[in-house]
Amino acid sequence: MTDRWKTGAGVRSSETPIGWTCEGLRFRYAGAAAAAIDGVSAEIPAYRCTALLGPNGSGKSTLLRLLVGIARPEGGSARLGGRDLANWSRRELARVVGVVPQSEEVAFPLSVREMVSMGRYPHLGALKPAGWADREAVEEAMQMCDVAQFASRDLATLSGGERQRVRLARALAQQPAALVLDEPTLALDVRHEMLIFELVRELTRASVTVILVTHNINLAARYADRLLLLDRGHLVAAGSPLEVLQRDRLERVYGWPLLTTRFEGPGPDAGAVQITPLARDVGDRADATDSSPTPGRSDHG
Amino acid sequence: MTPRSGVVRLVGLGVLVVVVLVASIRIGAVPLSTLDVLLALRGEGDSMVVAIVRQLRLPRAVVASLVGAALAASGATFQALLRNPLAEPYILGVSGGAAVGAVSAIVLGIAARAAWIVPAAAFVGAIVAIVLVLRIAASVGRSLDTGILLLAGVVAGSFFNACILLALTLSDAESFRSAVFWMMGSFAGSSWSAAGLFAIYCVPAIVALVALGRPLNLMAIGEETAAHLGTSVERVKLTAYGVASLLAAAAVAVSGVIGFVGLVMPHVVRLAWGNDYRFLVPASALLGAAFLTAADTVARVAAAPTELPVGVVTAFVGVPFFVWLLRRRTA
Repeated sequence: MTDRWKTGAGVRSSETPIGWTCEGLRFRYAGAAAAAIDGVSAEIPAYRCTALLGPNGSGKSTLLRLLVGIARPEGGSARLGGRDLANWSRRELARVVGVVPQSEEVAFPLSVREMVSMGRYPHLGALKPAGWADREAVEEAMQMCDVAQFASRDLATLSGGERQRVRLARALAQQPAALVLDEPTLALDVRHEMLIFELVRELTRASVTVILVTHNINLAARYADRLLLLDRGHLVAAGSPLEVLQRDRLERVYGWPLLTTRFEGPGPDAGAVQITPLARDVGDRADATDSSPTPGRSDHG
Repeated sequence: MTPRSGVVRLVGLGVLVVVVLVASIRIGAVPLSTLDVLLALRGEGDSMVVAIVRQLRLPRAVVASLVGAALAASGATFQALLRNPLAEPYILGVSGGAAVGAVSAIVLGIAARAAWIVPAAAFVGAIVAIVLVLRIAASVGRSLDTGILLLAGVVAGSFFNACILLALTLSDAESFRSAVFWMMGSFAGSSWSAAGLFAIYCVPAIVALVALGRPLNLMAIGEETAAHLGTSVERVKLTAYGVASLLAAAAVAVSGVIGFVGLVMPHVVRLAWGNDYRFLVPASALLGAAFLTAADTVARVAAAPTELPVGVVTAFVGVPFFVWLLRRRTA
């Protein structure tokens, strides 16, 4: 699959490494009291998979919106491939960055193939019809996401998870240098969730930069090269999964007692940190006997 | 759909428009043969037939087809932009504004001074309505939010309705009658100058909407997705809302308020051939042209010598057809 991706029909539109650099990014939603993203400086290196972690409302999706130019930062700057994001046109961005949104409401009937074909639009002119290479890229993307078997079906007849894979296929049809995924495995069963994480690994090996928002900390620990942990708009940790996934830090950020273990394998990711959330009272007792009792939390029992 | 089959279908629809135009010219108080029509178009044959064809029936059929094309293309565009299957050309208050303009001109008694006064007043009213609705929507929040636009359109529409009712209440019987007739829509009295003016105006506008096919495909999925796939959303929205509203405004000015065409023609194309706007916009325009020309022909002859309002015909013919299409689709 990796080879097919490399020799894929289209030509990468960007020769410069596509990674992000953020400096003191700040963003506040109109009418909100607190900033959704508050002074985030981070490096998202090219050709690596970076996962954004954090509790609900920690600013993961907002950070993504800033990184793909949908939201404009109030302060600070984000650079993509060394160029300020504000200087990228929408079309230039779409030729380089593929985005898989969490959900979409399609108001009119549309077949899977038609939807995936729209991934080619950034590479086409206003009226230029799609060529052989474009159709090839579309078929290939549908194969990779396991949706080719319902290529001519109406999107409305598919399940949430199947539609999720169609959106991923559309982003792959863009043949982007960077792929941005907002909770891509939210509605997927184990097999399809793993297929997506495996696909992400193969894409990074084939020199695609990947940003991934996910709540699946355990799979992020195994498949991501780098983690960014957000809490209430602040970046609280950045680095390799081993560096970021420390028990006391995670307990503080998520506000829940956890146990950290290591993934025994087999596989290339043996040794990765795994977390298991504890039941509340068990967690409290573990805290009480632990070397690191958390003040305030032991009151719960 | 491959590009080639799309072109073949558009050519087929173009042929349909020509066939309907010829049929429309043949049918009337003086029935004509196709040969009569062709000769008359070249200025040959009986001079009365030439006058009927060239001065009466042809300009009328041309105006009807252009208005049909404008309304259908505009309706398809609004449905994509607002992501709403019930959207139609008048949804942003265009018909209400136009009606206030036209009815004011009639009730104030200035309509009789020249033939162009009522269309001009209607057009001005429609433009005022568009500007008003866009201003309301822009002042409320995020630039041209679809939900707010819809609400602004509805609010402006009911305000204009109140204005019309007020104007009608204060008018005399004669003005009342002509105002109501104007609002029902008609192609009676269409002239070459109207046809020419409207063609110069609406053909480039329809071409502009056709060229927006790809962005409209994306907008129909969602504005954020459209942006991710390379669309300058604000620019496309402003262009498409502007062009589609201006088309509707001009159509209303020429012929009064004719419902159903702009709402249903895009759905007929959708049900038959899918939802690709690069094909949907031109196909809706051609189908709208053929349909409105045919409907106007029926309006002329069904209850002759009385003319039916063409909007009545479009609804009577179109609604059952649409129900049939829906049923066939779901069966």
